[in-house]
Amino acid sequence: MRCPSCGFVQFDAPRCKQCGALSPTPRQPVASIVSPPGFSGPATATRPSRLVRPLNLYDQQARNRRKTAFVIGFFMLLVIFLGYGVDRFVIGSGFSISLWDVSLFEPSRPRPSRQVAFPVATVAALGVGTLTAWLGYRNGDTLVLASSRAVPLATTDLKSRQLDNVVEEMAIASGLPKPRVYVVPDPDPNAFATGRDPAHASIAVTQGLLEMMGREELQGVIAHEMSHIRNYDTRTMTVMAALLGTMLLLHDWSARSGSWRVRDSSDRKGVGAGQIVLFILWIVLVALAPLLGQLIAMSISRSREYLADASGAELTRNPMGLASALRKLQEATAPTRSISRGTAPLCICDPLHHRLDDGKGFWADLLATHPPMAERIRILEAMAYASSAGPINFA
Amino acid sequence: MVFYLTLGIVVLILVWLVVMYNGLISLKNQVQNAWQQIDVQLKRRHDLIPNLVNAVKGAMQFERDTLERVIGARNRAVSAKGAQEAAAAEGQLGQALSRLFALMENYPDLKSSHNVLQLQEELTSTENRIGFARQLYNDLVARYNIKQQVFPTNLMAAGMGFALADYFRIEEAEKASPRVDLSLN
Repeated sequence: MRCPSCGFVQFDAPRCKQCGALSPTPRQPVASIVSPPGFSGPATATRPSRLVRPLNLYDQQARNRRKTAFVIGFFMLLVIFLGYGVDRFVIGSGFSISLWDVSLFEPSRPRPSRQVAFPVATVAALGVGTLTAWLGYRNGDTLVLASSRAVPLATTDLKSRQLDNVVEEMAIASGLPKPRVYVVPDPDPNAFATGRDPAHASIAVTQGLLEMMGREELQGVIAHEMSHIRNYDTRTMTVMAALLGTMLLLHDWSARSGSWRVRDSSDRKGVGAGQIVLFILWIVLVALAPLLGQLIAMSISRSREYLADASGAELTRNPMGLASALRKLQEATAPTRSISRGTAPLCICDPLHHRLDDGKGFWADLLATHPPMAERIRILEAMAYASSAGPINFA
Repeated sequence: MVFYLTLGIVVLILVWLVVMYNGLISLKNQVQNAWQQIDVQLKRRHDLIPNLVNAVKGAMQFERDTLERVIGARNRAVSAKGAQEAAAAEGQLGQALSRLFALMENYPDLKSSHNVLQLQEELTSTENRIGFARQLYNDLVARYNIKQQVFPTNLMAAGMGFALADYFRIEEAEKASPRVDLSLN
């Protein structure tokens, strides 16, 4: 603790050894790294709201559960709509939900008989959608691990033994079961966590990260990943990664499934305006589906990086370890080839090293998967400053 | 109308009591579990120390004092009875160990021995685990105690048989030992 009046570092006793000032507050048994409300250190001033608010784990978990549900719901709606469009405009079976049907707007006209035809594509899309959503939830971690060619850690040499120990330490610090540990054979440093809940979680680090990081830096990285697991970020992101892949697949499938034409409606007197709007909407959605999916994935992944940094630092009580690790990650500019695009939002730093990630402003906020590294490092260093100053005087 | 209103309030109070009781029970068990975890890690520390001492004693013959102190502290910690005595013994053991680690830096031979390095890594990890287990325990104790002390839970908690838990306090001696005074006065 630092003496408030003269700045003397060893200010432990009730009275300062150097200037004799009385201690303003008794030393607390557990010093929290997160700044209390109202505190604004010199370096935290740039983005105070992230630091000042105490992290409520349960709020965060509940928010993630809602977001997972939202992502799955959005995905299902999109899938149904894509399938419906194929049915109606491409195959031409004429199935329609009556709410959107022209006959609803023109009640006097009798319903065409072909409306009872079986909606093949809608049902197929719904089936595929449900299956992938379920598979993404159950086995998303296996898919993600397999796609990055991660292998289970063999604790043979000292360094891998150290990694295993560090994971165990962080599991103890967070009070969670120890996740499985994987290594991705890639020289570029990176790490990610996956799994639907803490009991089924895995942490993967690249060979490059393992070789590059010292013990405390490794601890910082693992603590960051552990907080992703604890916050249920991994569930949201893993489901998202799996669904994004399927969305791309479905998109290709519906775009190729037939010629682009509005079904001939010669048995009607002209096409209703509702139908044309619907058709245009469908085309636009088919064209934009992958982009939309990625935008959602990115917006969901970015804000939680700050949060995982903060709660990771809360686990180790050593923000400088992670800050130093992030600095090393920032300096490594080669892309992590083993990690596919879909897994990118799961990683501790963007495996593709987009320039966008270093920027700020509207476009960076919209499109980058990760917040700017310099900003993350600055926030962590501000925390280290706050915690080295000891318990903060509330008066 | 008044009857239903009263009934509604009674039901609400009952629901609140159940939720509060279950929350406290859950936290109480988490606190106990965290305490067990500290014990597990202390046991691991006791098991590792003889191996480390055996591995380094050949090279560190001139540090017989330190090695004996580590072994002595370890044996006292193993046989300690009661939380108070155990905490004191573990504190002394931690001190003796950190002294041994510091002295090991003077022996380059040890640094090249794979066996010693491995043992050192295991002990470093164990020291960290003990620290993190303590940290979790204290965090949980803080949550448990706060939950009991906030209004209106404080009206009921004691009556339901809940008591405040104790923090795992680091002994004053251990707290002071690693501090290095770099100031110039």
